[in-house]
Amino acid sequence: MQKYEAQPGLTRRGVIRGMGVAGLALMSSPALAQETVDLHVPGGPSTRPITTSYPQKGRMILQRSSPPWLETPFEVFDKGVFTPNEQHYVSWHWANFPGDIDVDSFRLAVRGQVNQTLSLSLNDILRGFPRADIAAVNQCAGNSRIYAEPRVAGAQWANGSMSNALWTGVRLKDVLDRAGVKPGAIQVRFGGLDESVMPGAPKFLKSITVDHARDGAVMIAFAMNGEQLPLLNGFPLRLIVPGWCGVYWVKMLNDIEVLNQPDINYWTATGYRVPDTPHNSVKPGETGYKMVPVTRNAPRSFITNIRNGDSVPAGSPALARGIAFGGDCGVARVDLSIDGGKSWQPAKLGADQGTYGFRQWQTQFTLPARGAHRLTVRCTNTKNVAQPDFRIWNPAGYLFNTIETTDVVAA
Amino acid sequence: MQRDVLTVAVLGLVLVSHSGHAETITKLKSLKLDVPTSDAMFPGPGSDAINNNCLACHSADHVLNQPSLSRTAWQEVVDKMIRAYKAPVSPDDAKAIVDYLVRTKGTS
Repeated sequence: MQKYEAQPGLTRRGVIRGMGVAGLALMSSPALAQETVDLHVPGGPSTRPITTSYPQKGRMILQRSSPPWLETPFEVFDKGVFTPNEQHYVSWHWANFPGDIDVDSFRLAVRGQVNQTLSLSLNDILRGFPRADIAAVNQCAGNSRIYAEPRVAGAQWANGSMSNALWTGVRLKDVLDRAGVKPGAIQVRFGGLDESVMPGAPKFLKSITVDHARDGAVMIAFAMNGEQLPLLNGFPLRLIVPGWCGVYWVKMLNDIEVLNQPDINYWTATGYRVPDTPHNSVKPGETGYKMVPVTRNAPRSFITNIRNGDSVPAGSPALARGIAFGGDCGVARVDLSIDGGKSWQPAKLGADQGTYGFRQWQTQFTLPARGAHRLTVRCTNTKNVAQPDFRIWNPAGYLFNTIETTDVVAA
Repeated sequence: MQRDVLTVAVLGLVLVSHSGHAETITKLKSLKLDVPTSDAMFPGPGSDAINNNCLACHSADHVLNQPSLSRTAWQEVVDKMIRAYKAPVSPDDAKAIVDYLVRTKGTS
């Protein structure tokens, strides 16, 4: 047991100093009746505050106050495949990002190994290129890290550092073609308005290959679910890399640099590494494997209408419903097991709202006898990759996609 | 907590839709928002070093929400903050921070 709990004591940046006693009392009063969520993790700390204090965000699980880590509450995933913007998860590396963004003076630079350096206004982006829409899941590489066995350091996300949106914007290919990528260019590096806090600390930057950048799917989004992006999700522009982990989805994107040599910055060359092993999994303490960057999402599926400990009728049909995504491709099938993975029954898939987005599924099942039962759900993607049934583990807790289990009681 | 799944026996999939009218977005609206921070401190004896060195980059809940870890694991975390993220922590303070973490969030 922990001897203390995180008491967020949220303040507002730049406002607190000028406030009187009455104001302070008002700000802190919601904390007195703090709503919490239990993430059911052995060893703890298991509870987190629910916060509604962040601008443009609704009820979120407060994983870290600053820089914000705000997790989507799991019940949101039962409501549909598109996560509401106000509950789309939030994750920043550095606390130093602006809360004040003027759409008239904002510029996106395209520079480096290009024939013509560009400085694009938001009007240029909104009016100067063909528009594209794509549904895609934004999932943190560390989603579900809190359930690693043994536990590892890092953001202690439960299953809610993933969110799906319909992104609208312009194709990165079109923007790069406007600038003209020079022969010999190999990578494209992306940076946003966030800056590191300590002198000499690495600015957050990520790179992808020129071929990936020009594949026609990678885009610069100015809208999600039909509205401009919330500040904390990267207003005014965000890179969308469908099928790849959220770390590549650079927020407040204002700099695109075409490189003719491999990017050696920390975040691309050193951070976000997983073992180059099947399912990126190793045994704790194992050594002698190569490390590679996290890149693609892996298939996942979740039951969203039944929770651990729920009661289900014995001997009569019940409904299981949930979401799945294929990772770096679409969902081929979702199967449910009511006997802990010994046998599987296919689920009916909901409408396909986009290859890289969430797909709803549902199926009826009948538990034969009273007592404890284990439900498991497994997604197989269109590349015929299925979720594994062994517990994936790696030292940084990345890319977990083991099949999920839900323990129920038939009564 | 027990919930009764019988009440969820509605067969139709939940209707999914987005209220999107992206085609009609022609202009973005400037934002001027305050993002909350936290003034929470690390509690208890021996917390001076961690309070003085760590809160410039991240709030205390970042650490308080971590699992219990071994001394080796906590040493690696503090080393990473110094080496990779350039936290200007003196060797004496680094030791005091690791000691605090092991005492309050250690595995033994």
